[in-house]
Amino acid sequence: MTSAIKGPVVIVGGGHNGLVCASYLAMAGRQVQILEARDTIGGGASTTSFAPGYSVSGLAHILHSLNPKVCKDLKLSSAGVSRGAAIDTIALDKGGQHLTLRANAVSGDGLSQSDIDAYTDFKEEFRRYARALEPLLMNKPPRLKDMDRKDKFTLAKLGWSLRFGLGASSMREFLRVGGINIYDVLNEVFDSPLLKGVIAVDAVMGNHMGPRTPTTVLTYLNRLWGESHCPQSIPPGGMGQVTKALAEVAGKAGVSIRTGTKVAQILVEEGRATGVQLESGERIDAGLVISNADAKTTFLDLVGAPQLDAMFAKRIHTTRTEGNVAKLHLAMSALPGIDGLSTEQLGQRLLIAPDMRYVEHAFNHAKYGEYSQQPVLEITIPSIADPSLAPAGHHVMSISASFAPYSLRAGWDKHHTVFADLIIALIEEYAPGFSAGIVARELLTPVDIETQYNITGGHWHHGEMTIDQSFMMRPVHGTAQYDTPISGLFLCGAAAHPGGGVTGVPGHNAAKRILAMGGGL
Amino acid sequence: MGSQPRQQAGEHDFRQVLQPSPFHARVEEHNLVKNWMSWNGYQTARTYDTLASEYFAIRSSCSVMDMTPMEKYRITGPDALKFLNRLVTRDISGLKPNRVTYVVWCNDDGKVLDDGTIFHLNSGEYRLCSQHHQLDWLLISSLGMDVTIEEETHEVAAISVQGPTACSVLVAAGFTDLSELKPFSISHTLLNGFEVMISRTGYTGDLGYELWVDPGNALALWDAVFGVAQRGLYDVRAIGLGALEMVRIEAGFIMPGDDFNTAEVTVRAGHDRSPFEVGLGWLVNFDKPHFTGKQALLREKNQPIKRRLVKLSVEGNKAPADSFLYDSKKGRRIGTVKVHTWSPILKANLATADIEYRNGVAPAQIWAEIYYQKELEWQATWAQCTVSTEPFWSHPRRLTTPPERY
Ligand SMILES: Cc1cc2nc3c(=O)[nH]c(=O)nc-3n(C[C@H](O)[C@H](O)[C@H](O)COP(=O)(O)OP(=O)(O)OC[C@H]3O[C@@H](n4cnc5c(N)ncnc54)[C@H](O)[C@@H]3O)c2cc1C
Repeated sequence: MTSAIKGPVVIVGGGHNGLVCASYLAMAGRQVQILEARDTIGGGASTTSFAPGYSVSGLAHILHSLNPKVCKDLKLSSAGVSRGAAIDTIALDKGGQHLTLRANAVSGDGLSQSDIDAYTDFKEEFRRYARALEPLLMNKPPRLKDMDRKDKFTLAKLGWSLRFGLGASSMREFLRVGGINIYDVLNEVFDSPLLKGVIAVDAVMGNHMGPRTPTTVLTYLNRLWGESHCPQSIPPGGMGQVTKALAEVAGKAGVSIRTGTKVAQILVEEGRATGVQLESGERIDAGLVISNADAKTTFLDLVGAPQLDAMFAKRIHTTRTEGNVAKLHLAMSALPGIDGLSTEQLGQRLLIAPDMRYVEHAFNHAKYGEYSQQPVLEITIPSIADPSLAPAGHHVMSISASFAPYSLRAGWDKHHTVFADLIIALIEEYAPGFSAGIVARELLTPVDIETQYNITGGHWHHGEMTIDQSFMMRPVHGTAQYDTPISGLFLCGAAAHPGGGVTGVPGHNAAKRILAMGGGL
Repeated sequence: MGSQPRQQAGEHDFRQVLQPSPFHARVEEHNLVKNWMSWNGYQTARTYDTLASEYFAIRSSCSVMDMTPMEKYRITGPDALKFLNRLVTRDISGLKPNRVTYVVWCNDDGKVLDDGTIFHLNSGEYRLCSQHHQLDWLLISSLGMDVTIEEETHEVAAISVQGPTACSVLVAAGFTDLSELKPFSISHTLLNGFEVMISRTGYTGDLGYELWVDPGNALALWDAVFGVAQRGLYDVRAIGLGALEMVRIEAGFIMPGDDFNTAEVTVRAGHDRSPFEVGLGWLVNFDKPHFTGKQALLREKNQPIKRRLVKLSVEGNKAPADSFLYDSKKGRRIGTVKVHTWSPILKANLATADIEYRNGVAPAQIWAEIYYQKELEWQATWAQCTVSTEPFWSHPRRLTTPPERY
């Protein structure tokens, strides 16, 4: 397997991770072609027009975890990518006692001094835990059996960074909270229900989890790791601008990109990937095939279970990939008015999650195949900072709504409108009269996301970020180090370690892995 | 069927721990010593009378064994062949309708889950027989394929008719045109108005047939075969699993789960076995489309073999039960005996054993340390063992068509 993997490289999917991976490989001298099914590159990180004159970020709308090493290696800032100004998180309160959360400080009328102090300490301590995990996140996850030297090094670095990076008492505390739920941890630390509610959102968003779900501390740390080196922002021009810049970098490095090109099959001969077949019937030969698509798409649809060992195929089949977040896009003739918020504040990240019970209740519905009657909302109005997204004086609102299970018992067909109405009615409670200004809307349920973005289950992370589907088990063991049972076939997207979000890390790690396996020759 | 109530397997009283087979009424009559055992949950005779008489029925006249408990699966649908070929290590794409083949299948690591036979019944319809319950694995293996898998263990009754006079007995029982049936072939015929499927297959290394019927016709089939003996034409004897064990060791057939640990029930690493390690390397075909375990087996093939299941003839007549094996008398331990039998017809002490190979090479000598009792006193002795690469017993009769008539 370590022998040189020669011949042109084909990357299935032009999501941001495919673009990152492609750039690294092209910069190492490989001939790389990206085949993207959609008419635009970017996948979940793109900008779409959902009504004439109105554009928003299609799925991901807040940049909070873009990896600095990736930015530096690919010289993204000189490629003209603008992240936009750093934004706060504002926790909405119906009574107008909103909270403003920054990386290290929280403020708000209703807050006690002890909560304000505790927030600073809490964020500092938890960011330290998150950073201690960095050796694990920026490398291929070590295999526990048959480790290679790099695996041992990663584990040693991890041990070092946990033990000495944290110190004995922090280490003890880290081991204590690592496996428990965010609900218990936040109750220990804070008093304000609203403060606890919005922090809990960061631990559960995108996953089939409520605050009381075990290991939500780990998902929270994953989010914090991103935040620790990437202040959250709303990129001007939408998330598509970021991937457009990535595509330019890739193009300059020699990567060729074909959009509107859906791969129907990954061709395998004698256990080795030899190319792809497009939906059009066209065949493209390759020495190396890298998939940015999720694991079920890659293995079950494109490779096909019969080409794989039975148990491996079964493991892929049983991974949990049902998405839980819907996206609502609103075109508005005017800005909503929220009591106590200035226009500038309206342009921040707005959260509706009044307390942890609210979040847990919202999740309860998802457990039984229902959408939340009172969903958790993450709202942005990107047109405040970037008026070009809407006609003059008009605005666009982009909302991620949890929880909206992929397998809705009653079926999404009948409930599409009802759920969108329910979200709007909820916002109306905070912004009375705002709905009168809505001129167009688009709701993407996880089912819509699946069909429009080619992501199985429409899942935020291409698969749950639970401990059994993380690290050396992501997406499943047997393909957790970016290589797969099919030689010459690799994974480079969110399905692989360390998971989803606009980070570029899976793409980076996959490229490093491929080059380390001799693929750079 | 007449007055006989239909013995529906699978519908027996739950208080009955063991399930009666559709042949049970007759099996019970023939079973003089009431020596029962469980085979896949069925009440099965270990011996009917004496081991010797049953053994010699197989080797010198005609034996009948109730093999209903054998696990049976019906595989149908557009991808039936594709499914089976991805399941097993052998290339079965050339298996014609009305033909049978012996196969083995592995998990992802190339370790044996079970062995069995595939019957190509009609064009595109197959029956898979296995030693152990395999439904889970078959369903797992069916992911992404348009195939229907139905367990039919309880829906098909079967007897195995084996021995030199098997053909003569069946002809006398009313089966016509049996003589042209080749080894591993299937024929469908009518007996007294009911359908019988006959395959020229078996587990004895001699001439023999397996007869498959609807459970409702089981007793009628039994009576037709034993009617031959009642009419004084040929000796026909019911045999149990005890005698079968003797002849299958003679014939060099292996029994997953007895001769080696199957992968499904292996917990500790290194205690499962690959086809190469159990002497079934000849069933592994790397030139066919992907099958489960292929990559692992390719890797293993390029390494020196670490151990093998071997056929041993052991000097003397002391039973090498569970014996440790050494590379010389009192030398280094290199393996253990898994199963053994005294072969009355060969006058030989036979065993199947798991032996370590060093750098891919078989040990130059194998010695068994045998513990045996003499008038209730334990004694120990050493016996040299010789590896046989051929089955100890394989009579030309097994393959001759038409079979000799007696
Ligand atoms: C509702 C929602 C909101 C989100 N909000 C945020 C957020 O605010 N911030 C954040 O950081 N993350 C967010 N995410 C997560 C983020 O969008 C994803 O994790 C990320 O985009 C994954 O990137 P990727 O490159 O790995 O995969 P993708 O972006 O999914 O790219 C994969 C690409 O492969 C293509 N493809 C698939 N199959 C084929 C085929 N057969 N042939 C050709 N091409 C194919 C797809 O079309 C797609 O373009 C959100 C996700 C969802 C669902």
